[in-house]
Amino acid sequence: MAILSKEEAKKIIDKVLAFSKADEMSVGLSGSRTGNIRYARNSVSTSGETTNLSLSVTAVFGKKSGTSTINEFDDASLEKTVRRAEEIAKLAPDNPEYVPMLGPQKYLEINSFSDSTAAITPDYRAQAAFDSIDPCAKKNLTAAGYLEDTTGFSALGNSKGLFGYNKATSIDFSITVRTADGKGSGYAARDYNDASKLSAKSATEVAMQKALASSEAKALEPGKYTVILEPTAGVDLLQNMMRSMDARSADEGRSFLGKKGGGTRLGEKLFDERVNIYSDPQNLEIPGSPFGGGGGGRFGGGGGDGMPQEKVVWVENGVVKNMYYSRYWAEKKGVKAIPAPSGFIFAGGTQTLAEMIKGTEKGILVTRLWYIRAVDPQTLLYTGLTRDGTFYIENGKIKYPVKNFRFNESPVIMLNNLEAMGKPMRASGNLIPPLKIRDFTFTSLSDAV
Amino acid sequence: MKRRDFIQLAGLGTGAFMLPGLAMGRTVSPEALMEPGLDVSVKKRLADAALNAAKSQGATYADVRIGRYLNQFVVTREDKVQNIVNTESYGVGVRVIANGCWGFAAVADAKNEAQMAKAAADAVAIAKANSKLMKEPVQLAPQKGFGEVSWKAPIKINAFEVPIKEKVDLLLSVNAAAMQNGANFVNSIMFQVNEQKYFASTDGSYIDQDIHRIFPQFNVTAIDPKSGTFKTRNALSSPMGMGYDYLQTNPADKVTGITTRYNKGYDMLEDAISAAKQAKEKLTAKSVEAGKYDLILDPSHLWLTIHESVGHPLELDRVLGYEANYAGTSFATLDKWQSKNFQYGSKEVNLIADKQQVGSLGAVGWDDEGVNTKKWDLVKDGVLVNYQATRDQVHILGEKESQGCCYADSWSSVQFQRMPNVSLAAGKTPLSVDDMIKDVKKGIYIIGDGSFSIDQQRYNFQFGGQLFYEIKDGKIVGMLNDVAYQSNTQEFWNSCSKVCDERDYRLGGSFSDGKGQPSQSSAVSHGSSTARFDGVNVINTARKI
Repeated sequence: MAILSKEEAKKIIDKVLAFSKADEMSVGLSGSRTGNIRYARNSVSTSGETTNLSLSVTAVFGKKSGTSTINEFDDASLEKTVRRAEEIAKLAPDNPEYVPMLGPQKYLEINSFSDSTAAITPDYRAQAAFDSIDPCAKKNLTAAGYLEDTTGFSALGNSKGLFGYNKATSIDFSITVRTADGKGSGYAARDYNDASKLSAKSATEVAMQKALASSEAKALEPGKYTVILEPTAGVDLLQNMMRSMDARSADEGRSFLGKKGGGTRLGEKLFDERVNIYSDPQNLEIPGSPFGGGGGGRFGGGGGDGMPQEKVVWVENGVVKNMYYSRYWAEKKGVKAIPAPSGFIFAGGTQTLAEMIKGTEKGILVTRLWYIRAVDPQTLLYTGLTRDGTFYIENGKIKYPVKNFRFNESPVIMLNNLEAMGKPMRASGNLIPPLKIRDFTFTSLSDAV
Repeated sequence: MKRRDFIQLAGLGTGAFMLPGLAMGRTVSPEALMEPGLDVSVKKRLADAALNAAKSQGATYADVRIGRYLNQFVVTREDKVQNIVNTESYGVGVRVIANGCWGFAAVADAKNEAQMAKAAADAVAIAKANSKLMKEPVQLAPQKGFGEVSWKAPIKINAFEVPIKEKVDLLLSVNAAAMQNGANFVNSIMFQVNEQKYFASTDGSYIDQDIHRIFPQFNVTAIDPKSGTFKTRNALSSPMGMGYDYLQTNPADKVTGITTRYNKGYDMLEDAISAAKQAKEKLTAKSVEAGKYDLILDPSHLWLTIHESVGHPLELDRVLGYEANYAGTSFATLDKWQSKNFQYGSKEVNLIADKQQVGSLGAVGWDDEGVNTKKWDLVKDGVLVNYQATRDQVHILGEKESQGCCYADSWSSVQFQRMPNVSLAAGKTPLSVDDMIKDVKKGIYIIGDGSFSIDQQRYNFQFGGQLFYEIKDGKIVGMLNDVAYQSNTQEFWNSCSKVCDERDYRLGGSFSDGKGQPSQSSAVSHGSSTARFDGVNVINTARKI
């Protein structure tokens, strides 16, 4: 019941809209089934499955809007929800930034649904946990991991004739392996739309290898180092930067894209000329959502006001080419509205990680960055720490594990200090290359393993 | 933190507030929040249906949580109301032990005995399935039943009964005051939470609790367009386990000094005026010279350092490795505790766990597995003496009864070990903040919480703040910018040389502390008086891009 077809969803949305007495009305309908299994100390700790189906109605009178939500679908309940949304709207204060709803839109065809993920059973999850725990237990290592899969759909329609529908699946797996003496720790994470691409066993093998190799780490002095950030390490910093590309904040002068003397840095070269960043909802490796804003794209659609998602170039040859514009801000500035995408693609090179290590005279290989927090929004300075596998590279070879570092670094500075980029890999719904960066700033050492 | 843990409020831009991943449920009218939940006799009948079904399916223990979770958010910027959201979430979670293993199932909008029995049967089936992968059976500490009892947060004004217009008017007047005093932008928000929780277990407890939390907050931005610089100052409010009475200002709750800070009554308007002036002052303040400084940390700042470097490392599930894949493990291993001489901090440092503290976010009568709440020492005279545990862990500490640290953020989430309020005890010798500053030759006085980051075993941390004042030869000489301090937990707490007395004691807290997979949110307070830490490493965070 939780996953409705396009026709079933449209039938319910049309029925709701027929009850409307408001100036404008929009309806969002979404459903999902999410399952998970969690384990630690080589034993399953929790597992569960949740299904959810809910309908949200927004009624608008003039510039006043009200929203009501329900998870019952008989005619009386639907009409009650419409009336309640209308009552809330009438009581709401005017929203001076209200923009009238969109009419019918043309959406891109996107294949973000996979039968193999939709068919996942509790047995599948238990097997994945076993495939991960068993090899660790046999080598006297300790596994802690988490697997979560979601199958969902999202539909929206409004009184101006707009209708959109998308269904999507996702699977996320992460594994931390620690040595029995607590001196080594390794990590691997994988995420896909299609569960048949996931091998919990091979991801666990990567984490096991890193755990064993990271024991007896040596301390290096903090300072500026050439680093190779694996995609799992680079993704959060890059994603944080891309989420800060809102045009309104830049126009208001409170963003790293604000310009001295006013205006924005749109059109300015801000990064190394090899930096190219774009989003493409039809990309086969990270299929996005056909409509709506960022977030939720991997779970069937972003909902929102139904703005179509298209291919957008954000950075080209190091130059800022686009920023997000809400429909209100776009209208005010006389430009096209651009929603935030659900994932980004950082164009990289063709080298593998192993080839990048081989080409490094002196450097540090970073598996994962942790507890990343903004320090200064003006410069996008972030702090955080390396974790679960940090190694010293010399003359093209991994020489020995090193103790974890705290860093203070800005992705903007990082992308100016670019040495090389490898072949992009999917990480948290983005495509990220391994990045070789010079002068990456480590400010202190951590005893944490 | 993954994006699914937060709901970004659309269009807020920089300085936006992130809504925590609370049990949001459905959107309802404000009036619906005032409707009473189920009568306690109905809840008992439903709970008994689940408990009986669980036992008949072979459970050796079962508990039921019937929860109604209400949230209200009023969101504004400058002269505009951006959003008013009212949400309600109601459902039931059933947890059982069968074949020595935990099982859990939840059901939304449960209204009859049949739904309850089905949830119980599902939980038992999951427990039996999971027991095949189990290494050791659950050892549950015994807990006496309390019969039919209740607990209500001692609030004076129920925030949900205050008309929305009054809240909108307050926030818009706060915004206007900030703008009149030099702010270029201001966002403000009022969060309110009411948890109506009913707990029943096969131990014979039927516990009805009513919990309230409130968090008024703002963020002020000042801009210098000529240089392209911007600076922000957040509210010095704290989330509290209080009603709207937290917004009733009272001179006795104000701590005056270089800037006014607040105890159990928050003057939002006054703070917004200070914030606007201070954000402007920050635009031209001196950039700090990196080096070692004596730090004077206000409770509005120190709560977060306590939270990260004491609260989290002493969670027993982390120590044991249950959080290894996400939040991490802990440096405070069992052997350190067993040695009875692990010097966590200096002799001045007494850190106390307390689930009963009035007005705090963590205060309840019973935890989410029917254990009556307590107060206990974690670090006494600097030495590590205890942890935070739940019923299935406490045997590891050789204790016979749980400390009552079990919490779930929704009826649909499994309860697990969560942090109680953890606080630094006030100094026993009379000492004011002014007297503390008089002795400092080269120091920084930090007020308000800012950037925070700590490693996965809680050794190395870095904290920022809202306001930084340079101290030279016992006097505050001016404002500083670009300050962050880095230290190691044990080194830091051992550098604590003085703690002000109880006159300065105030609560700070986290409204949405994240832990677990899938991530759950909890609210927790941390009290302290102003404290001094000697010779801490301060870095300069200024960069050019």
